[in-house]
Amino acid sequence: MIDLIINIILLAFLAITAVAIIRSTNLFASIMLFGIFSLLSATLFVVMDALDVAFTEAAVGAGISTILMLTTLVLTKNHNEKRSHAHRPWLSLAVVIITGMVLVYGTLDIPGFGDPAAPANMHVAQYYINNALPETGVPNIVTAVLASYRGFDTLGEVAVIFTAGVAVLLLLGGKPSIPNSNSNPGINKKREEDET
Amino acid sequence: MKRNPILRIVAKFLIPLIILFALYVQFHGDFGPGGGFQAGVIFSAALILYALVFGLDAAEKIIPPHILRLLASAGVVLYASVGVIPLFLGANYLDYSVLGSTQIKGQHLGILLVELGVGMTVTAVMLIIFFAFAGRGRP
Repeated sequence: MIDLIINIILLAFLAITAVAIIRSTNLFASIMLFGIFSLLSATLFVVMDALDVAFTEAAVGAGISTILMLTTLVLTKNHNEKRSHAHRPWLSLAVVIITGMVLVYGTLDIPGFGDPAAPANMHVAQYYINNALPETGVPNIVTAVLASYRGFDTLGEVAVIFTAGVAVLLLLGGKPSIPNSNSNPGINKKREEDET
Repeated sequence: MKRNPILRIVAKFLIPLIILFALYVQFHGDFGPGGGFQAGVIFSAALILYALVFGLDAAEKIIPPHILRLLASAGVVLYASVGVIPLFLGANYLDYSVLGSTQIKGQHLGILLVELGVGMTVTAVMLIIFFAFAGRGRP
């Protein structure tokens, strides 16, 4: 019962925050509201007992991505966007309402939350629950699955994060900080000419 | 923000606690919620807080960009090489069971090293992205 009340309150706040994000014309306020949205989602994950996901959502969604959006905002500097009143989004509204109704119709066939007979819980999940502790000695099944059973998957994820870092460095790296890498001024000069 | 004493003192007080919490999440991930991904983000959050309060140059003095690049690659290499060792011991790639004297010990060691690699890469990449974004605003 208490879970239901908490869920209703959190989902209501989530909806209010989403509407506030759409209505807001100030980008700074939007970013802060995005952070609040992530924090509310993290709280919802805690209510659903998915602590590892909640942890990631709170750290990445509410923390790092808010900071990154703020630093981007500082660079772009244009905080306010004027709303054009001539725009009448009736077609978009109709599309969103119909899609939403289809999605709600789709949820009717989804098995209940935590249902042990749900198809997703019938295959490897039972094996992990029965064997993770005796086979790996790690009490947290999420860690056992993430690092051991699905280790190759996680290696791919780490490679994706590394690639993201390399891509950002290539695009925004700016001046090289290693002293010797600036030894070829001809290339840099040509790049400056290309930029202008 | 450099002249605001409240921010400076609160940040100085909070940063060690955040780093301690990151280390707890990193090495206690086997037993409670957490792991390399979350710990890496929390660790980088501590350094980003330092950079926000004390300035980007001070933060880059603590952890220079070329060290960050090294750390980001070292994490992936650590993860991948932990997977290669079982190949020489006659097991499959990333099968940690043969790393220790018993299966449980091997799994423990493998998971610990792999999570450490994840934490290193995530910390370094988050800081690289933050420094790249924030560094654009410098004159």
